[in-house]
Amino acid sequence: MFDAEKKIWEVIIVGAGPAGLAAATEMAKAKTSVLVLDRKQEIGCPKRCAEGLGNGWFKRLKLKPKKEWAVQEIKGAQLYSPNGKSVKMKKKKVLGYVLERKMFEKDLAINAVKLGAKILMKHQVVNATRENGLVKLEVEVNDSKKYFQTKMIIACDGIDSKVARMLGLNTKNNLKDTDAGYQYEMTGITGYDENLLHLYFGTDVAPRGYIWIFPKRNKTANVGIGIGAYEEKTAKYYLDKWIANQEGLKNGSIIEVNAGGIPVGGFLDKMTADNLLVAGDAGHMVDPIHGGGIGIAMEGGKLAAKHALTAIKKKDYSDKQLNAYTKDWFSSRGKELMRRLKGRHLLEQLSNDDFNYLAESITMDEALKIGNGTLTAKDKVVLGTKKLIKRPGLLKIMMKYFNDKTE
Amino acid sequence: MSVKNNPNKCLYCGACVGVCPTQAITLKDTRIEINKEKCVSCGACVKICPVGAMKLE
Repeated sequence: MFDAEKKIWEVIIVGAGPAGLAAATEMAKAKTSVLVLDRKQEIGCPKRCAEGLGNGWFKRLKLKPKKEWAVQEIKGAQLYSPNGKSVKMKKKKVLGYVLERKMFEKDLAINAVKLGAKILMKHQVVNATRENGLVKLEVEVNDSKKYFQTKMIIACDGIDSKVARMLGLNTKNNLKDTDAGYQYEMTGITGYDENLLHLYFGTDVAPRGYIWIFPKRNKTANVGIGIGAYEEKTAKYYLDKWIANQEGLKNGSIIEVNAGGIPVGGFLDKMTADNLLVAGDAGHMVDPIHGGGIGIAMEGGKLAAKHALTAIKKKDYSDKQLNAYTKDWFSSRGKELMRRLKGRHLLEQLSNDDFNYLAESITMDEALKIGNGTLTAKDKVVLGTKKLIKRPGLLKIMMKYFNDKTE
Repeated sequence: MSVKNNPNKCLYCGACVGVCPTQAITLKDTRIEINKEKCVSCGACVKICPVGAMKLE
């Protein structure tokens, strides 16, 4: 029996992660009725994330790090090649933080509710249909069903997003554009600088990806791996094999086990349909190189909320109206994405010998510029004539990458 | 043939749901549900699973 809540919500957000909570905050700030539904029993848990967030994002999102969730200051990074050589960059100032996401997301949730949002956990959306210009949601709660009505859905329900697909927008991930992630939060471990992020490369270490140590204070860290989804062996296999050979890690204790799929192939081409906007992992809002997504998901959530507010003002919830969100998103983030995708394709082609050679010959600054696709003409000449000339195979890959003008 | 989830290995991360072309998989709070009628046995979920919890049989 259709026994809908009489209330018609302006917006229902599906998924109480960083994207959903950022969107909810914006909607609530504008005094709009907003409901957040999440299938899980606890916000921020289980995490599917290495929890790093750079200072640039804190600024863009106007976030202030709090001691209760910004648990480790990060001042740089160290990249390791297969033969153990490394390139290191460490600054005096803080460049970012490793978060305790559980606390971080609860803080976001508390703030959103304070502003007027409503959040309901263990509410699983099982069907979404359009009816008379509204969306009707069928939601499983314990052993019963509830029905909700809304003008718009913002789908922030992660890689396993289904609500957008229920409303006709295909958010499916292709296997070749998805990484398999696996991680332990470990404690009682040693042998790494707690102020740095540590990344380990190599085709045997992590095919088409890398292993990371993201310190979380006090001999505790997220130790994880992301690899290409089509690899024969599992992400768990590669991570376990690697940890077994790490003196400082192999006797540590595991206090959390995490897994997740990472949509690294670039944003969805289209992020709206009638009555629908998509943000976060559901919209494949992830950095193609490092697979991080907290900051970009929150920015996506905020922008989706902005466009939802415009739609409310115009009383037009059609795809035609909402599609400005996709355009807005690509005009602010599209170019950077294309550069980072190129960087990813470059990384995927490197052999163990290439990684070893690069670790010995290039600086962190050059490594970052290669990743960002921001090498200047002069940088390219220096790299091409002084550093890569001894490895013609690598030079060929790099030249193709340098000259590729797909932007 | 259809895909089967091993709940002893599964960490409920939802990666399998994300790559399923036919929406045959649903992640609930603490379990994976598979709609055998929708499953086309393509094996995408088997490949992505970080812990080897999906199996074609």
